Amino acid sequence: MSMTKGITSRAHPLWLAYILHRVSGLALALFLPLHFWVLAMAVSDPARLDGFLHLTEAAVVKVAEFGLVFLLAVHMFGGLRLMAMEWLPWTPPQKTLAAAATAVSFLIAVLFFMKAI
Amino acid sequence: MAAEALKITIDRGPNAQGLQTEFEVPAQDNQTVLDVVSWIQQNADPTLSYRFACRVGMCGSCAMMVGGVPRWTCRTHISKVLDGNAVTIGPLRNLPVIKDLAVDMDPFFDKWVAAEGVHHGGLTRDDPIAVVDETAPARVEANAGIECINCSVCYAACDTVTGNADYLGPAALQRAWTLLNDAKDEGRVAILDAVSGNGGCHNCHSMGSCTAYCPNDLDPMSAIAGLKRETAKSFFKRGRR
Repeated sequence: MSMTKGITSRAHPLWLAYILHRVSGLALALFLPLHFWVLAMAVSDPARLDGFLHLTEAAVVKVAEFGLVFLLAVHMFGGLRLMAMEWLPWTPPQKTLAAAATAVSFLIAVLFFMKAI
Repeated sequence: MAAEALKITIDRGPNAQGLQTEFEVPAQDNQTVLDVVSWIQQNADPTLSYRFACRVGMCGSCAMMVGGVPRWTCRTHISKVLDGNAVTIGPLRNLPVIKDLAVDMDPFFDKWVAAEGVHHGGLTRDDPIAVVDETAPARVEANAGIECINCSVCYAACDTVTGNADYLGPAALQRAWTLLNDAKDEGRVAILDAVSGNGGCHNCHSMGSCTAYCPNDLDPMSAIAGLKRETAKSFFKRGRR
């Protein structure tokens, strides 16, 4: 429908914070089964787990870890932001808070990345 | 500047076959979006339907989608929304279109009532007028939201309204919040029941488009957050009883 075409009213920080929170949550939910499957190998097939852990030395896996930590950080801070916004009667600009949360998440992800490489 | 022509596209919907949708409008200084729409209706296409009344940002009847963003058109200068010298003007989102730029506001006002956005008086005309303390925290909270002009800009900006036809929407919920904080209103239980149902405040995802686009700089998102807190408190209190 033409009504949904070109809705530019979403281009503001709070909406972007909202979508970032949702998408990071979905991505983490998709990652978790894989995570548990690999962890389960510690019990079922330790040799295979070691093989898997060797993969973490590959550059591409390190980049993926950067993404993972970013998702975790962004989702955690987004959730804290949301809880603070809805449960604490704050009126001042939540936009600043949202931006700060994203910045801190990014900082943590970058630090992790620097340590990894 | 007057010699320049503006390229205005009017989104007249799927039933606009054969109707003119592109217009060249002479540019003028201090020209509002509503001026442009009026020029089209008066000089180019008298069949163009749109709605306005006061032209000074008080009546809330002229809101439209301008370049994909809901705005009060009487207080929006066209120069602020032009992309080059062109802009698309359409009917408000999330409401049924009657014709061209005129939408059916019934769902908006029905939800206003459904959210108990009505006065719940406890006194009669024989009682003395209640004294209102303007500095009381609840009154400050109520005052923050009372300048709503029912323009439906927040309702059109809200993606939660788009996704859930039952959602009461930012304007109605904000009015419920102001009444909840109004010392003269005695509808607390009715309001909390009305805003905690299926279409109530807990649908809100705090996207903040209502607050970002409110032409009167009101903050419906925070008002809805207040309702979330009050309904939760009331839920736990009732649970203990």
